Order: sequence, then structure tokens, then C-alpha cells
Amino acid sequence: MRSASTSPIIQVAIRGLMPVIQLVGLYVFFHGHYSPGGGFQGGVLLAVSVLLGRLALGMEMSQLVFRTGIAVGLSAVGVLVYAGTGLTALLAGGEFLNYGYLPFPGFDPPGLRNLGILMIEGGVTLGVMMSLIAIYDEIVESHG
Amino acid sequence: MRKPLCLLLLFALGALMAFAVSGLPPRGDAKAPSHRLVNPAGAPVAGTYYIRHAYADARTPNMVTVILADYRGFDTLGETLVVFTGSVAVWFILRRRKP
Repeated sequence: MRSASTSPIIQVAIRGLMPVIQLVGLYVFFHGHYSPGGGFQGGVLLAVSVLLGRLALGMEMSQLVFRTGIAVGLSAVGVLVYAGTGLTALLAGGEFLNYGYLPFPGFDPPGLRNLGILMIEGGVTLGVMMSLIAIYDEIVESHG
Repeated sequence: MRKPLCLLLLFALGALMAFAVSGLPPRGDAKAPSHRLVNPAGAPVAGTYYIRHAYADARTPNMVTVILADYRGFDTLGETLVVFTGSVAVWFILRRRKP
């Protein structure tokens, strides 16, 4: 799993597939307001695009796509974005995770709730994506 | 001896589940307790409230997203924390094995 695939077909196909999977992942994430989807599913798709690169291009080359060391930290950032959205609402005078109180001007409460849902889904996406990448990278690093 | 016992237990559990499912109200039954405004115990039903108010509260057409991320946001925060905690635990366990 460490070294790159020797088949040029796999190399070219994965290089073409990765952006498409990332685009579908972003679509699933952003379209969670209108159709089945959301943070968890979108995060898994985004992680899978990076892991496909790890499988096909090898550990060294795919570091250019995504560096190994930052995954765990970014997954913590994802959870903090979620909790921070809730705390912002708390500090702005509402209850914890009551997005109607988020301090953004120019929105009525339903619009603020729409925005708050998007923000926490972003946190979930980041958390799930980085968790999967961190686990995969550690498995490869420890078993070579 | 063990295999027939396992099969017997399996079929008994299956029969119990089939019996339990046969007692559920039919799909879309407007008179079922879970679809009324007020349940037989006299408390307002949460699901009916969500269906009536989800779009007006969050201006989001996907009712499931509104329930998951807004009404039940604290629950989803816990889910995210579970994913994060699990990944960090696996990360540390695998890290310790490195030569």
C-alpha cells in the first residue's frame, strides 16, 4: 500500500476520478439542505477521494494531495467548528446550538438557522473526513 | 447439540419480531398515536410539530436535516464527538506499535 501502483491505467484513471469524487462529495455536503446527504456522507466521499490517491499514487506522491501529519488536528478543528457555532449562539444571548441567535447581521432567524445548519454540517464534514484519513494513514505507517 | 439450539433460538426471536411488527400501525395512518397532534397521554407529539414547523423555522426543505442539525443538534454534536474520539483512540493505539 506504501508504493505506487505500477499500472498506468490505474494511475491515469484515479487521477481523473479524484476530482470528480471530490465534486460529488461537496455536492452531497452542500445539497444536504435540499436532498438526502449532509456532513457525514459528504465527509466520507471527500475522504475516499484522498484515500484513492493514497492507494494508486503511493504514500509519497499523494502527500502532495494531502499531508499525513495534519489530519488529526483538522478533525479536532471540525468538532471545534461545531461546538464553536453552538457557543457563539450561547454567547450572543440564546441557548447552546440555538442558531437563531447567531450574531450575523442581515439575516432573519430562519435564515440564521439555515446558515447555522450549514456551518455545523461543515464541521461534521471536516471531522469525518480527517478522522478517516488519519486512521488510514496510521494503519499504513504502522504496518508498512 | 448446539446448532439445533441456535436455530430454535433464531426462529423464536424471528417469530417474536414478526409478532411485534404485526402490531404496528399501517404506514401513513393519520390516526396512529405517533401522527396525532396530542398523544393518548396528553402530551404534544414531537414528530407532528417538526413536520408542521420545520420549513418555517429553518427555511430548509429537507426536514431530516432540520431535525438532525437544528432540533436535535446536541445529539449530532455527540455523534461527531464519538467519531472524533474513536478516530483519536485508534490513532494512538496504532501509533504505539510503531518500532
